[in-house]
Amino acid sequence: MSAVVGARPVRRRRLSTTAIVFIVLAAVLVLSAVLVTAAGKPFFTAGNLAAVLTLMSILGFVAIGQTLVIIAGSLDLSVPYVVSTASIIGAGVMAQGPAGIVPGVLAALAVSAGIGAVNGLIVTGLRVHGFIATLGVGLIISGWLGTSFQGSFGSAPPEFRVIGATLIAGVPLSTIIMLACAALAALLLHRTRLGHHLYAVGGSASVARLSGVRTKVPVVVAHALCSMLAGLAGLLLLARTSVGSPTIGSQGGYDLMSIAAVVLGGTLLAGGVGSVLGTIGGVAIFAVLDNVMSVLEVNPFLKDFIRGSVIVLAVALYAWRSVQRRPPRFRPGKEAAP
Amino acid sequence: MIATAQRSLGQRFLSGLATPSGAVFVLLVVLLIGVIAMNPNFAEPGQLVRFLSRTAPIAIAAIGQFFVIVSGEFDLSMGAVIATQVVIAGNVIGQDEAMILRGIALMLAVGVVVGVVNGLLTTVAKVPSFIATLGMMLALYGFVRFLTGGAATGNPVDSFREIGRGALFGVVPYPVLILLAVGLLAWLVMRAPFGQTLLAVGDNPVTARLAGTRLVLVKTSAFVLSSLAATVAGILLVGYAGVHPSVGQGYEFQAITAVVLGGAVLGGGRGWVLSAAAGAISLELLFTLLNIAGIDATWRPTVQGAIIIAAVALGAVAWRSARKPKPSRPAGATGPAGTASIPTTTTRSGER
Repeated sequence: MSAVVGARPVRRRRLSTTAIVFIVLAAVLVLSAVLVTAAGKPFFTAGNLAAVLTLMSILGFVAIGQTLVIIAGSLDLSVPYVVSTASIIGAGVMAQGPAGIVPGVLAALAVSAGIGAVNGLIVTGLRVHGFIATLGVGLIISGWLGTSFQGSFGSAPPEFRVIGATLIAGVPLSTIIMLACAALAALLLHRTRLGHHLYAVGGSASVARLSGVRTKVPVVVAHALCSMLAGLAGLLLLARTSVGSPTIGSQGGYDLMSIAAVVLGGTLLAGGVGSVLGTIGGVAIFAVLDNVMSVLEVNPFLKDFIRGSVIVLAVALYAWRSVQRRPPRFRPGKEAAP
Repeated sequence: MIATAQRSLGQRFLSGLATPSGAVFVLLVVLLIGVIAMNPNFAEPGQLVRFLSRTAPIAIAAIGQFFVIVSGEFDLSMGAVIATQVVIAGNVIGQDEAMILRGIALMLAVGVVVGVVNGLLTTVAKVPSFIATLGMMLALYGFVRFLTGGAATGNPVDSFREIGRGALFGVVPYPVLILLAVGLLAWLVMRAPFGQTLLAVGDNPVTARLAGTRLVLVKTSAFVLSSLAATVAGILLVGYAGVHPSVGQGYEFQAITAVVLGGAVLGGGRGWVLSAAAGAISLELLFTLLNIAGIDATWRPTVQGAIIIAAVALGAVAWRSARKPKPSRPAGATGPAGTASIPTTTTRSGER
């Protein structure tokens, strides 16, 4: 993405936001390595890197979906409840044994996609702000979860739990699946008509409308995909914990943290600008910070303080310079930013 | 506009009720009648006043959140501010009566600082308010839990807690008086030039800036008002909830729900401040109604979720219809003939 070449001579090349995200990530990595080494513990070990990658996977899924929704100019606050729902449904169907794995996964993903479609239809059809629509749907689901399930529910067979425990060349399988989803999402955004429409609608719904784009379809699809990815996150949590839990999503705080990760990754909250690659960088920054703080045994409550400060500082860093700028996609003579 | 000025007070009242900000009062009355029908005891003045006193903190929080939302921003740090203030009250005031005034002064100062930081992050550093206040929320919660270890700590002296649970002459609870005072102040603020500027900023920041509004000052003031309201809510909550770092959790979303239920539009520019308080009271009435009807408390979120989606969907329709035909306002639907100066088509007049 830094390989964009201007047609006219550019006096001072401006770094793309994604580049800054990864510079911040590198800085965080270096700082962490120094801090951890100074504390007399190794940082770049296979075990520790696998721990960081595992931390990335769950939030990663949710954040990829959130990226799509935010680029389309909406927001999804219902993800934690979708995560819980998927884990409950998956565990319920899989309780019958290995034969239930495929139906369980399919059922969980189908229900998640359905929730997402409802979100999208409320946003587009009833013209309710994404914040309220998804907050409302999330509350509706949480009422159902809280009423119908007390404690854990169902169970996952050992064959399914393997997914949560497998390492391939030192990389957890769940992280590989997450990165594959990220690649697919990036492909969708940059190589398909739907992806371009997502950017167009998020940038300005009325301009997109006047240009002949069906503004409702991309938003509904983005919401459905976002919820499906949240459902995948729920299934992976199920593979890790082996029982479905009605509170696993809200405990993780995936709604606000995924939005924070997306914005940390350089995506504009207002929509229309952003990339999945940046989001992965944002998620990685969180994962490294979390890992370092637990290795250094920082007080868990102080973690939140540091996390909050990092979010604000990092976003201030590039919000400061990128908000007024037009997205590079529309600059003449420049390639589309990846 | 001329037509508006010519209409009588009654007509203006009726057309006001037809806007989302007015409809919430209809909803409030309907809910109140519903609750009283199912539980006649609720109509007793004592019960009503006690209910109002229980609702005061969330209503005050909603009033604070209104200022931020109407200027086009969010304040997610509200719950964390409440928790911070509660913990400050417990630690600074403690059992020392002499510290009460100094403690309150400190809490107000902390509220102002949080608001200023939120406002400057949003306006000067250009961090979206959603993220800025989310960061503030994480930071404050982390700080509070770090200080307390996540457990309940000592309550402040009883005479301070009286503010939240005492009553003037043993009849009118202080929270109700404070709610009335805050409501009156908020109403005056929104009528003052500052309030009108706030609405203008929320409606269209570009034109507001071109018209000479100092966006930084106006928006930061809105954030300060919001965290001051959270501070007052915190002072009241110490009274009957005691000191625990989880006091105030979820208040930000509750307050946003109330504001939206009160007809304010996310994105700013539309709404009435007292409707926000009415939204909060309606929400609590609804929960009371569910309680009396014997529905499990676990279903509360579901009802809340359905209600806010419905309210916003209806509100969007109503605001659009109130806005589109400029010459003939939808007042034609409620008021008698002769109000509109130009009798154009009123196809949307059937919608509320």
